[in-house]
Amino acid sequence: MAEGYVELKGVSKSYGGVPALTDVDFRCEPGRVHAILGENGAGKSTLMKLLAGVIQPDTGTISIGGQTVRFSSPREAAEQGTVCMFQELSLMPHLSVRDNIVLGAPRTRMGLMQRGVYREAREALDLVGARSIPLDARVSSLSLSERQLVEIAKALFRKPKLLILDEATSALTSELVEKVFGVLKMLKERGVAILFISHRMHEVDTIADRISVFRNGRHIETFDVGMRTTDEIVRLMIGRSLEELFPPRRPPVSDTAATVLDVSGVSWQSQLADVSLTARAGEIVGLGGLDAQGQQQIMHAIFGVLRGVTGRITLNGRRLNGLKPPRLKQSDIALALVPEDRKTEGLIPSMSVAQNMRLAALGRAPFGLLDLNGNIEARLHELIERLALTYGSLDDPVATLSGGNQQKVVLAKWLVLSPKCLLLMDPTRGIDLPTKAHIYRLLTELAAGGMAVLLQSTDYEELIHLCDRVYVFYRGRVAKELMGDHLSADALVAASMNVNLHAEARTG
Amino acid sequence: MIWLRYNAKEGIAAIALAVLFAGYIAIHPRGFSTYVITIWSNQGALLGLAAIAQFFVVLVKGIDLSVGSIIALTNVAASFLLNGSPASIAFGILAVLAVGLACGLVNGIAVVYGRVQPIVTTLATGGIFGGIALLLRPTPGGSIDATMSDALTYAVAGIPVSAIILVIVLVVLRILLRRTASGPALYAVGSSEQSAYMTGLRVNRLKLIAYGSSGFIAALAGIYVSMVTLTGDPNIAPSYTLNSIAAVVLGGVALSGGVGSPIGAVIGALILKTISSLMFFSGLPPLAQPFFEGLILAIAIALGALGVFRVHSRLELYR
Repeated sequence: MAEGYVELKGVSKSYGGVPALTDVDFRCEPGRVHAILGENGAGKSTLMKLLAGVIQPDTGTISIGGQTVRFSSPREAAEQGTVCMFQELSLMPHLSVRDNIVLGAPRTRMGLMQRGVYREAREALDLVGARSIPLDARVSSLSLSERQLVEIAKALFRKPKLLILDEATSALTSELVEKVFGVLKMLKERGVAILFISHRMHEVDTIADRISVFRNGRHIETFDVGMRTTDEIVRLMIGRSLEELFPPRRPPVSDTAATVLDVSGVSWQSQLADVSLTARAGEIVGLGGLDAQGQQQIMHAIFGVLRGVTGRITLNGRRLNGLKPPRLKQSDIALALVPEDRKTEGLIPSMSVAQNMRLAALGRAPFGLLDLNGNIEARLHELIERLALTYGSLDDPVATLSGGNQQKVVLAKWLVLSPKCLLLMDPTRGIDLPTKAHIYRLLTELAAGGMAVLLQSTDYEELIHLCDRVYVFYRGRVAKELMGDHLSADALVAASMNVNLHAEARTG
Repeated sequence: MIWLRYNAKEGIAAIALAVLFAGYIAIHPRGFSTYVITIWSNQGALLGLAAIAQFFVVLVKGIDLSVGSIIALTNVAASFLLNGSPASIAFGILAVLAVGLACGLVNGIAVVYGRVQPIVTTLATGGIFGGIALLLRPTPGGSIDATMSDALTYAVAGIPVSAIILVIVLVVLRILLRRTASGPALYAVGSSEQSAYMTGLRVNRLKLIAYGSSGFIAALAGIYVSMVTLTGDPNIAPSYTLNSIAAVVLGGVALSGGVGSPIGAVIGALILKTISSLMFFSGLPPLAQPFFEGLILAIAIALGALGVFRVHSRLELYR
């Protein structure tokens, strides 16, 4: 195609003298899915924000449909048909699903909402496979993946000409991702230009027509899907290969290793039913399955967040039932949990990097005097080194860090307490490859040091390459425990959907 | 049922109101009569309108310490303007409403463009509005058209006119907040300004709408004060300001913004009014009344917090 729907010519943007994008020429065409790849800090977000009207370029021009534009707000961009779904969810928790979808694109007559509007909102939801979400449910009552679906429905409702998806599928299970991809294909056929940012390589392979790689604020290369192997793409992005992403397999933990975490017969509400699992010292144990099958709840149950949990939870022989987080983090129990949503549960965004890292250890200071907390400070500095945290100043608000570095801060905050058992909830969601590799290596080292690690993840690769054993959840129960040679992508998918792989293989 | 689940706070407040009201009627020497109901309704309508005015500001994550002063100023303005020929009264009503709207917009502009905290802004503007009222009318006085006052403060077919007015205001506001594009958008701004901006909402304009609406409703309250008292009094500000804040909280409006409804605010206001009327007829020694008034208020607020026991995940408690 000769002309692009969106064209950037010589666009540069810098923040306080630090260049975020340098002399970028970029084009994307209607009716195609264009993937943008690059590690954090490569300039992807800046590119998105430019197109969405959040920021304006320092130099260069942006044109849409052949006309040079300069948006001064997201609203102006939206009026031109540019709809952007940001990685940070933009839903209002107190409002209903319906209001969230309709907001900003209200289609009114004489100031009053048109009747058909709500029907359209319902259709948008049904289209993305969220048939079960009622329109008048509050967003705050939805799970993370349901919220992402609402977010996608909201974007669809606005009938975009250019749709920008920034990590839009990061909290979705493969089943839902497929549904969403079906919708994207339909939009594509209608001539919508789609920009797709994801850190999941196989998703990019599935949906994208063209790929552009960014590195250090520059547009490195653009090519059609299939022209380059995954390894080549990774090398373009970061200058190293995929094998280096996961650390080498560890030898299996010996049978004599002590059981650290022992969960037996745990039930809660209708969401957990008779769950039993163990984690031994030095083990990384995975929790997999489709979204919201109880993996998250069992983590919360262990960490004392839920009320009315029945069954038995012990750590190193000590009964944990009824104990709450402030007690569980004390050094005699030493349990730590890295929550799912780092923005709201993991960090206090407006507090500084240093303060955030000290928060969990506050109670450890002698007599409550923080200046006497020498040990903790020393350990923190060691952790900052070990995690290779990239930051401007430790006194900057933690919100100014990239997603990957924020996650490192959450990890540091808990690791400084030297936990005996570490619970991780999807710790690499929406994080760039190098940081992922770093976190994987760290987890392996921690396990080698005798820590028991419980890793809940939506990323199958992670469960397969990193974990010794994986418990697959289905409807609040452990549907299957996979280990050794049985731990494969096929087996994981089959167990997630509670189908018997061997039976299928025989009939197929 | 879904309404009850999502509006549990309003529901509980309504039940508390019903209980208090029954108690009030039971101990009132004249019992259930049009006269008693009309007095109760007139008083309730005054604080109810003030609470709605407060609601609009609290909805967008603000707090308005000038509500009472706007009511006082518009009340004083009404005492100059609401008399004479029907045409001049009509003009007077429009002028008074314009004064309220202008006061609200002044607050809004200072908060939106001056980027001053709402609590500080309205503390200052409240002083200014109250000060103007005091300069205009150093002592209570002025004249209000008596025919109009009678028409608006008595009852029609046993139903107090003030209650009818309040219901009309609530119905209109419900339509505006539910069925127009600006309604949900106001809630969105209160929930998260950043998300609202990224969604392409006109955040600044919406906040101005909220503050302007607050001023407008406060002017309605000011006019109705004139109808009830037949004078302009510059000194009524403090009680309305503080009670309006207590009323919205009682009615389930979240001070953190984005949650609540005008109906909740009005229910909260009626609870407050009923408690103080209850005290008046309770036979308790006057010096002990503030203590019991506070106690009942505390119990009513505690009822609103009962939802805590339904929470199964402790994480929910800290949302």
